Amino acid sequence: MNRTLYGNLIFELSKKGRKGYSLPHDYDRTHTTAELPQALRRKEAARLPECDELTVVRHYTNLSHNNFGVNDGFYPLGSCTMKYNPVINEEIAAMKAFAGLHPLQPADTCQGALEVYFNLQQSLAELAGLSEFTLNPCAGAHGELTGLMVIRAYHESRRDDARTKVLIPDSAHGTNPASAAVCGLEVVEVHSLADGTVDVDHLRELLADCGSQVAAMMMTNPNTLGIFEPRVLEITELVHAAGGLMYYDGANLNALLGECRPGDMGFDVMHINLHKTFSTPHGGGGPGSGPVGVRQGLESFLPTPRVVFHEEEKQFAVDAPEGALGSIGCFFGNFGVMLKAYAYILTLGRENVKNVGPLATLNANYIKERLRDDFLLPIQGLCKHEVVFDGLADKSTGVTTMDVAKRLLDYGYHAPTIYFPLLFHESLMIEPTENESKETIDAFIDVMHQIAAEAKSDPEMVKSAPHNTPIGRVDDVLAAKHPITTYWKSIEE
Amino acid sequence: MAKFEEGLLYSESHEYIRVEGEFGFIGISDYAQHALGNVVYVDMPEVDDEVTAGEEFGAVESVKAASDLISPVSGTVVEVNEALEDEPELLNKDAFANWIIKVQLSDPAELDELMDVEAYKKVCE
Repeated sequence: MNRTLYGNLIFELSKKGRKGYSLPHDYDRTHTTAELPQALRRKEAARLPECDELTVVRHYTNLSHNNFGVNDGFYPLGSCTMKYNPVINEEIAAMKAFAGLHPLQPADTCQGALEVYFNLQQSLAELAGLSEFTLNPCAGAHGELTGLMVIRAYHESRRDDARTKVLIPDSAHGTNPASAAVCGLEVVEVHSLADGTVDVDHLRELLADCGSQVAAMMMTNPNTLGIFEPRVLEITELVHAAGGLMYYDGANLNALLGECRPGDMGFDVMHINLHKTFSTPHGGGGPGSGPVGVRQGLESFLPTPRVVFHEEEKQFAVDAPEGALGSIGCFFGNFGVMLKAYAYILTLGRENVKNVGPLATLNANYIKERLRDDFLLPIQGLCKHEVVFDGLADKSTGVTTMDVAKRLLDYGYHAPTIYFPLLFHESLMIEPTENESKETIDAFIDVMHQIAAEAKSDPEMVKSAPHNTPIGRVDDVLAAKHPITTYWKSIEE
Repeated sequence: MAKFEEGLLYSESHEYIRVEGEFGFIGISDYAQHALGNVVYVDMPEVDDEVTAGEEFGAVESVKAASDLISPVSGTVVEVNEALEDEPELLNKDAFANWIIKVQLSDPAELDELMDVEAYKKVCE
């Protein structure tokens, strides 16, 4: 493909008067804007690019070649669980009987869809060790907010209005404090120990200080460093004793899938990212889905609508009971995503689902042990589904984590997550998932060793990478300070 | 390698304070700017705002991360370094010459809790 010609911005390809299609000259255009109030009509032309259809098609096809997804190659983006999205999921979600449904049609005309919805609620509850799930939230952070609203509604129902604080470890994902703030709750930070796990002594101090004001503690387990919290049972007991609830951020649930359950650790409310743990796409074919589960006694605080099963009539029905949180989005959430997640659970089956967490953990530990010679491993011992390095072991070359990530692009890999978690200055966070073969992982490890060798032999080459991509090293300072989000200069007026 | 400056007091969260009489000039250390990378924005309090020792008074955003600024002392903000609004990268050029806020100290005894340059060097090792 001719990148020079079609790789330009669509605005730069514009030629005044060029069109894909044109309407007949005698076509009556008055009615297209006649109903619009004067105040809403444009005073001047929109300056849209003018191109013929073939140029547009070539331009966007060219752009699509620059994309990189799980279907293109290894995508070890830590904290994101970039699983393979099985084709059967897509086929089932695209079935006309599902895709053609309307959310307002009577329940007796879509019993199959309601059954899938109900069964997924039940399957997630069983996998999580909780009582009931709502599938309505449309993404992970939407789930966090919904979960915190459930917790708040629970405390308010008992007239315990003083509980306005949420304890959050300093290693948490940024969405946790953001969700708490949006929910009108105050964030209190819990310190981490040097190994990245929760400082339980600091938690005790906080609870002694303001335990009666604690609505909940939010935790990710394994935490954002990929380390299982060894004192999780003690933590949930302490918070419960103070009258608070425990919230489980399901971002890293993949590590535990089939091994242990948040409900059994003492968590009361949680969300699951179907687009991580249950193999639905993150982008492109998205959107996301963040079901929220609760333990027994909290079911009545879940949002509506809910799908229930009436035993006597053997019928699935839509229920919106009084007293619940009400609606938190449109209708039932992203049903297409739920179909994919349900297909994933059924194709794996009860036995194979038990292998997910252990295999993801094995892959991450294999990478950890094979790369620890060239990359600095700040936390020893077993990790779970992801491993965090603190940059290259040899700091004398001046080659940073950013440089390593950019050089990986030259070798055809998506870069790992970098500079998160913030606990280390040169974080490089690798999450292989359970899907990858030993050959794929070995090839990646070889490239990482190769880059470490290049950092010694030719540091300037690594520092100026990438060299083989359509766009080289971008100026991220300029992009952060002076972003240009519109482009129309080249269009002739 | 990070530079260190004699005569300043340092906190474990990598802020420094240069004390002149009843006033203190607070900024981030060279080690901190080095760890943050290219700074793109500095979120500063306003004049007359109160700051408290150990509590956040603003934030520094770099291309890598946003980090809270923790005040080493308590007091009242009497001046902010407005040059940082347009040129946050001054922190990368010379972190010690470019303080962030000037504070009138309300409790000079708090200074005893801070580290001298030798003790701070050990924290950065």
